[in-house]
Amino acid sequence: MAQSNDPILRIKGLSKSFPGVQALTNVDFTLQRGEIHALMGENGAGKSTLIKCLTGVHGRDSGEILYDGQPINCTSPLHAQEIGISPVYQEVNLVPNLSVAENIFLGRFLVKPGRINWKEIGRQAADILKRFALDIDVEKNLGEYPVAIQQMVAIARALELKSRILILDEPTSSLNVQETEQLFTQMRRLKADGHSIIFITHFLDQVYQVCDTITVLRNGGYVGTYAADRLPKAELISKLLGKEIEKLGEVNARRLTDERAAQHAEEDAILVADGVAGDNGIAPFSVSIQRGEVLGCAGLLGSGRTEVANIFFGIDSVNRGKLSVNGKKVEMKSPRQALKEGIALSPEDRKAQGIIGDLSVRENIILALQNRKGWKKTLSVSEQTDIANKFIKMLNIRTPSAEQMISNLSGGNQQKVIIARWLAANPKLLILDEPTRGIDVGAKTEIQKLIIELSQEDMAVMFISSEIEEIARCSTKVMIMHEMNVSNMLYGDDINEDTIMHSIAEGHVDHSE
Amino acid sequence: MTTANSENRVQSAVSRAAASIRRIQWPLIALGVILLFNLIFTPGFFEISIQNGRLVGSLMDMLKRAAPRLIIALGMTLVIGTRGIDVSVGSIAAIAGSLAVLVIRGGDITYLETQGISTVPILLVIAVALFAAALCGLFNGFLVSTIKIQPIIATLILMVAGRGMAMLFTGGYVLNFDHPTYRALGIGDFLGIPVPIIIAAVMFILISLVTRKTPLGLYIQSTGGNATASRYSGTNIRLILITVYVISGICAGVAGIIFTADVQSADAAYIGLWIELEAILAVVIGGTSMNGGRYSLAGTVVGALIIQTLITTLLTRAVPVQYTLIFQAAVVIIVLILQSPRVKEFSFRRQGAAVEVQDE
Repeated sequence: MAQSNDPILRIKGLSKSFPGVQALTNVDFTLQRGEIHALMGENGAGKSTLIKCLTGVHGRDSGEILYDGQPINCTSPLHAQEIGISPVYQEVNLVPNLSVAENIFLGRFLVKPGRINWKEIGRQAADILKRFALDIDVEKNLGEYPVAIQQMVAIARALELKSRILILDEPTSSLNVQETEQLFTQMRRLKADGHSIIFITHFLDQVYQVCDTITVLRNGGYVGTYAADRLPKAELISKLLGKEIEKLGEVNARRLTDERAAQHAEEDAILVADGVAGDNGIAPFSVSIQRGEVLGCAGLLGSGRTEVANIFFGIDSVNRGKLSVNGKKVEMKSPRQALKEGIALSPEDRKAQGIIGDLSVRENIILALQNRKGWKKTLSVSEQTDIANKFIKMLNIRTPSAEQMISNLSGGNQQKVIIARWLAANPKLLILDEPTRGIDVGAKTEIQKLIIELSQEDMAVMFISSEIEEIARCSTKVMIMHEMNVSNMLYGDDINEDTIMHSIAEGHVDHSE
Repeated sequence: MTTANSENRVQSAVSRAAASIRRIQWPLIALGVILLFNLIFTPGFFEISIQNGRLVGSLMDMLKRAAPRLIIALGMTLVIGTRGIDVSVGSIAAIAGSLAVLVIRGGDITYLETQGISTVPILLVIAVALFAAALCGLFNGFLVSTIKIQPIIATLILMVAGRGMAMLFTGGYVLNFDHPTYRALGIGDFLGIPVPIIIAAVMFILISLVTRKTPLGLYIQSTGGNATASRYSGTNIRLILITVYVISGICAGVAGIIFTADVQSADAAYIGLWIELEAILAVVIGGTSMNGGRYSLAGTVVGALIIQTLITTLLTRAVPVQYTLIFQAAVVIIVLILQSPRVKEFSFRRQGAAVEVQDE
């Protein structure tokens, strides 16, 4: 029998690779009894892979998992639940058109001889929820309640499964402040009852509100485990991003277009946002992007980087302020209109928003150009092939031919095809949202080089990235985002990893202190 | 440079052609097998004789019967290409057919027997019928693209209501007519070939040209393949959706004209009944995925031919009627299994292995 002061869960040297990607390398993780433990990392750091290895969604290549002192090897999520490890995911994994009580007891209905004991189910469900200070009608369909309540019901269900480890994967992303506070109260109560909680979130402030311990992962590797009260926020950020703020030495920025950018007058601006705010929650901000300029956009995940891009590209609508393109005020209603104005966006989610997997490289490349030309000027197949081959060569896209299905290409090459799609349409402003995420180092460098080259050819580029280093290297001007605000702008010599990092951290420190 | 370019072009043209044939290889093989079976076991199946200046034989008969179904399936292919479906085509055919007959009769449904030869201009008849069919398609397209109702529900509305409207037009009667030119659209022949076959061929060529010589085909496939990515690339998704449903409606209208011209009467309750299911089947057998994206018009032609050949074969083999549906289902299942992602993956792996060996 394990001692009660032993950790409930200990993961040692866990590694996991997927075809072509090393997702986790030698990761350690220790969860004590009755603690709330934050698992942190930027996108692609390996948080969800770790959870999936733990709960049996994925197998593991090597490493050991000790649960209550015993080695375990979960073969399926169901198996994990049975032994007391219950994940609650960001999207509520319950059935909206069943009642709250049914959802809580789904799969293990209480019975009396020959039939289901509905009365008892209803009574117990109400009891369970009362413990969460939730006094709701358990006979009503789950879908009729707000997401926060659904989230609570999901947690209640997980606990009713007699779980000892509760995994909350970004539970607060759909909750408002009060609901979040309610959730935290419950989390603290569970902790007092001796439950252990793994809490995954991108909101740093919340981590400090509720967590005892923080483990940071980066690029599939283990960075460290820290007591929350002994890890200042600025330090946490530098650990997340992988740069020691103090240690940053000389600047290695190559602002080739620096002087030219300075010479450009305001009328050279391709796009000017004047006090623009959007329905997507972005607070009023002002910025201008000139010809030949690379506007870097840095900030943590969820800080509003993508939202700014979406406003410029007509995906999300502006509800305040003035947006002008080429000196004319525009109301950007759709990507179609943005394209006509000469604005292009390579979106963040390559698979869901970028590639059209069924179609060939050629068709993927010419789509935006054809749309810009319209119905009357149809590109013949041989023209299309010439254009596709030109960009395959220019961007060094590795594909057997222009007719290859794009889904058969590697991530980096798919990304290049998407960039080629926009270059073919010859935009004045190219917005690249995380163009280098999840692609190999070679392709990454090529894309960075391309960004600088394009700006030298007088194109305006907006470059969104989580990697401070490439922002510092490629940008002529940097916009720092923090909690849906533009918190700072950096110019000229101020653009280096150190100041960018400090600015990102400052936003947080200013906000919380 | 120029030679390199033209070489590239030839190369890509070849790989494009190879890809489109590969996509419909299994339907082609299935059709071949059924035809081969008939060549061996059904004497006279391929015999075509000339009687009174027209080609006669079970092959011609088969093609003629397949024609209206094929026309509807062509429109359906484009709809399915956008990841939609149109179950209202049978009712649209009924509306178009009934309206055509109504126009021929001068709007009069009070007499049942024909009253001599009608002289209403044929172009007027066709124009009214196809205009109504296009309007039906527009309605479907509006519901799907603008109101954003799921395609199967949106078109279900017209599937139910449309047949009711058609029956209102005909007053619930089976209306006969006598209009030699209109009748010819169903049972006439041109240069010895039955007119419905010619109409189907023209529709195939027309739709192929429209989708290839304009960006429509690219837009349809990108919309079906990934609507978000396509919209972000500037595609006018609404326009594309409306266009495909209108085309599908017009195709159904053409089929409705052929149906009524063939039997020289309009029975709104039966024109094109269940044709939507056969059309969808033809599209799917032809290798177009219900998930949208890549579609194959040629595949749909093969798919429609497979269904009709099978029916004709079973009939000429005097297979008892109660077995024919089972046989049809069996062939459909075989073709679909051969095209399933699992089997494709398997054969792809084997091909991949072969390529690797060649490389070494």
